[in-house]
Amino acid sequence: MQLEAKKLSYRYGCYPWLFREVDFTLSPGEVVGLLGPSGSGKTTLCRILAGYVKPAEGRVLLGGKPITRKGYQPVQLVFQHPEKALNPRWRMRKVLKEAEVEDSILEALGIQSEWLSHFPGELSGGELQRFCVARALGKGTRFLIADEMTTMLDAITQAQIWNAVLNAQKQREMGIVVVSHEEKLVARLCDRVMRLSR
Amino acid sequence: MAILEVENLSVSFNQYKMFRSVKSKVISSLSIAVDEGEIVAVVGASGSGKSLLAQAILGILPPNATIDGIMLFRGETLTLARQKALRGREIAIIPQSVNSLDPLMRAGSHVRTSVTAGNASDLQKEVFKRYHLEEKVEKLYPFQLSGGMARRVLLASAMVSGAKVIIADEPTPGLDEQYVAEALQHLREFADNGCGVLLITHDIGAALKIADKIAVFYAGTTVEIASIENFRGDGEDLRHPFSKALWRALPENGFEPIPGSQPQPDKLPSGCLFAARCKKAAAACSAAFPEMRELRNGRVRCIHAT
Repeated sequence: MQLEAKKLSYRYGCYPWLFREVDFTLSPGEVVGLLGPSGSGKTTLCRILAGYVKPAEGRVLLGGKPITRKGYQPVQLVFQHPEKALNPRWRMRKVLKEAEVEDSILEALGIQSEWLSHFPGELSGGELQRFCVARALGKGTRFLIADEMTTMLDAITQAQIWNAVLNAQKQREMGIVVVSHEEKLVARLCDRVMRLSR
Repeated sequence: MAILEVENLSVSFNQYKMFRSVKSKVISSLSIAVDEGEIVAVVGASGSGKSLLAQAILGILPPNATIDGIMLFRGETLTLARQKALRGREIAIIPQSVNSLDPLMRAGSHVRTSVTAGNASDLQKEVFKRYHLEEKVEKLYPFQLSGGMARRVLLASAMVSGAKVIIADEPTPGLDEQYVAEALQHLREFADNGCGVLLITHDIGAALKIADKIAVFYAGTTVEIASIENFRGDGEDLRHPFSKALWRALPENGFEPIPGSQPQPDKLPSGCLFAARCKKAAAACSAAFPEMRELRNGRVRCIHAT
């Protein structure tokens, strides 16, 4: 099952085109880096791939079929700022219940059981991002899109999270898109790199 | 001579949980000094109290904070009144969040109000050129600026203030590589003119490019102060196990994580704060909070370090 984007174009309102006719294919088990200067449309492309935004032109296919909006989404997106991606009134336990997350994933990410009874405001950015990653790695996930997933975190937490994600990726043959400004991180993680320009 | 000195600083917050007062110690016995002409980078885990140090120096911590310890600016004790008089004039901050810009103030006037001596309008035009901000940006409100532009307005405001010390709290995220290099270069030039810079960052690569010394933070305290030459190879020149682990976890040097996470500020252990994750930990480590000691031209807070 491949994630394919065919001739995607996008513009905000009547601003100039952000990108035109972008083709992109992600196969299972593949890790692809997405690089480009700020304002080149990396985040927008991620949001389109994950089905959050409809492209102005072109389409996104999953296994040859358009993405359906029902049920668990096999394409999951993780954002840069975890504190903005979590419901502030939900305890962390409830956040995880949204997805069927295996205990082995929680363990690999270093999520401690006492954090489960906390609200998002009571945990640090690094702790919250582990939950966001765990939530995106539910049983049904086939493709993960990591939009500056570890940019705000220190090197040790970054390595912890990526090691856990890469292990899960190998076990389940997941495809991953890595968006980052950090060339060294992309070089470390990715099989190939795609560049967007302004 | 040290232009800014912090000795044994501790900061704790009083909070109420289920109607009981809970004290969480966010900074414990922290010491750091910035000399004239020097850039000291502060690196460390997220949530290790790096930004709180900046707020403590400027005296802008929230009212439920208790501060303990000594802070000196040019040898003078920083009292609340002194901090109020100095901030923005002698000590400037480049804040971490671009939300720090006044939403009702145009970018140009934001920079002009930061000028303390000289012709504000000329200085602002000059600094805008230096940061590649077009003239029309002067008239824009913060919501009309891109993240990168807002970041450069913050940098520009600190640079025109005429301060002797700049505290740069994560000044570069969201900037393109070329602008990052320039922004760091400007901080270096600023320091070379006899001023001091405290550069708070989690980007060790950036710190290595311009800093003279690096202070490594963990759970609200300095675990090591090392010169930048120590950050090389496998980290064999570093003194503290946490600094070594941080260095080895970088994508370019091994990408190996260590298990566990930083202790929560309301549940700090009584001994060494890193003991729970340290391979070398022994009974003596949990017995007492280790003191900072001199070692190989640096300082370290570990009883086993050699």
